[in-house]
Amino acid sequence: MQTWLLLKDSFWPLLAAGLRFTVPLAVFSFGAGLLLGFGLALLRIFGGKPLSAAAKFFVWFFRGTPLLVQLFIIFYGLPAVGILLDALPAAIIGFTLNVGAYSSETIRAALRSIPKGQWEAAYSLGMSWSQSMRRIILPQAIRVATPSLSNSFISLVKDTSLAAAITVPEMFQIAQRISAATYEPLILYLEAAFIYLIFCSILSALQTRLERKLDRHISSVGQQP
Amino acid sequence: MIEINSLEKSFGNFTALSNISLSIAEGSVTALIGPSGSGKSTLLRCINLLEIPKAGSITLGGDIIHFSSERTPRHIEILALRRRTGMIFQNFQLFPHLTVLQNVMEGLTSVQKWTKAKAKERASELLLKVGLAHKENAWPSELSGGQQQRVAIARALAQSPQILLCDEPTSALDPELALEVVAVLRKLATEGITMLIATHDLRLAASIAKTVVFLDNGRIVEQGTPQEIFSKPTQERTIAFVSALSNTPGVDHWQI
Repeated sequence: MQTWLLLKDSFWPLLAAGLRFTVPLAVFSFGAGLLLGFGLALLRIFGGKPLSAAAKFFVWFFRGTPLLVQLFIIFYGLPAVGILLDALPAAIIGFTLNVGAYSSETIRAALRSIPKGQWEAAYSLGMSWSQSMRRIILPQAIRVATPSLSNSFISLVKDTSLAAAITVPEMFQIAQRISAATYEPLILYLEAAFIYLIFCSILSALQTRLERKLDRHISSVGQQP
Repeated sequence: MIEINSLEKSFGNFTALSNISLSIAEGSVTALIGPSGSGKSTLLRCINLLEIPKAGSITLGGDIIHFSSERTPRHIEILALRRRTGMIFQNFQLFPHLTVLQNVMEGLTSVQKWTKAKAKERASELLLKVGLAHKENAWPSELSGGQQQRVAIARALAQSPQILLCDEPTSALDPELALEVVAVLRKLATEGITMLIATHDLRLAASIAKTVVFLDNGRIVEQGTPQEIFSKPTQERTIAFVSALSNTPGVDHWQI
């Protein structure tokens, strides 16, 4: 009975923290990270030597260092050089840079997977580079990249729990607080895990629907036109 | 009328086209024949500037573009020329994420800025012309190769180009499917569409073209009517090529 009461009383604060912090943190960072990743991918493919090398360096750094360490550098480290950020913006910046680095590789591979002939067909109609990219190449590349980017997004939703370590009052931190007050860590952390599971299940379902929509022009599984 | 004057193109040290001059009258069909690597595709790709020539000039509909190593054509000139030429690729290159109708509409809506309704009407007309009105809402992946190439022809014609450039339009098709594409091209020829067709298909060359141009090693070796080139070629290189083609087992005899 005691357990049920605790679950009931803690569920709403946890869900509220999830909706107020975890979800916006994930959505906002992912959106900005994708834009950054697309920019980096363009630099890698079309940027010429110096720009491509700069993008490569960026990816090398953010993929090669732990996300938690990056968050600590941004939130606790940067004030030493006069850059003071609130916890939430610091977390968003950290996640965005990280998503940008990882997604740029996915996006680069997806863009390169579209045959050169598709560019030429678009050019032969008189389309400019940006028209060809927007109307012909990107829609096809998005289909290729979707499964892998969905993976990144689901990972990110879970990784937002790291923001607890830089004082963002997101879902995991609320779970920590309640568990410290009630001495019931098992129940609280299982409950938090359950809510993360719900969020990620919803995302998986959306991914399936999105992929079905993007695949509608493929006549059957395993066959490429 | 399209006029190509002293066109040169090289890739690194390799000379792909050398001193190509060719004049194509409005409403006429010219076939480009020659062995693989002779420069047929490169010539077509130079005409719509998928490749930028090194020297020479191209005149299309009164506008002339000069090429030289000092001056690359401006972006706007390139786009303008491409809008006035249509290109058919060996492997069709339909846009797989768009329906048949959307494929044909694409240039009209995004390049010519037509309204959707107007573009749709024009696209439907063209699909009717190539015999695919019933496939408007199909995806390219649901079509046979011959049908895909016919859609590609409709797409290339949508913006009313002054010349249709066909790069081996039947090479990726089996003989039966090739026939339906040849039939469409023949119909276009009778309607006065100017065409330049690179092909290995002698039936296609002989039955549609008014002029046949034989290309070897990036040079024009000989040109004339289909009869002249196929029945009594004068250059040794042409004689060898034509006899090799006609002696190939499995290649049908062509009718002139």
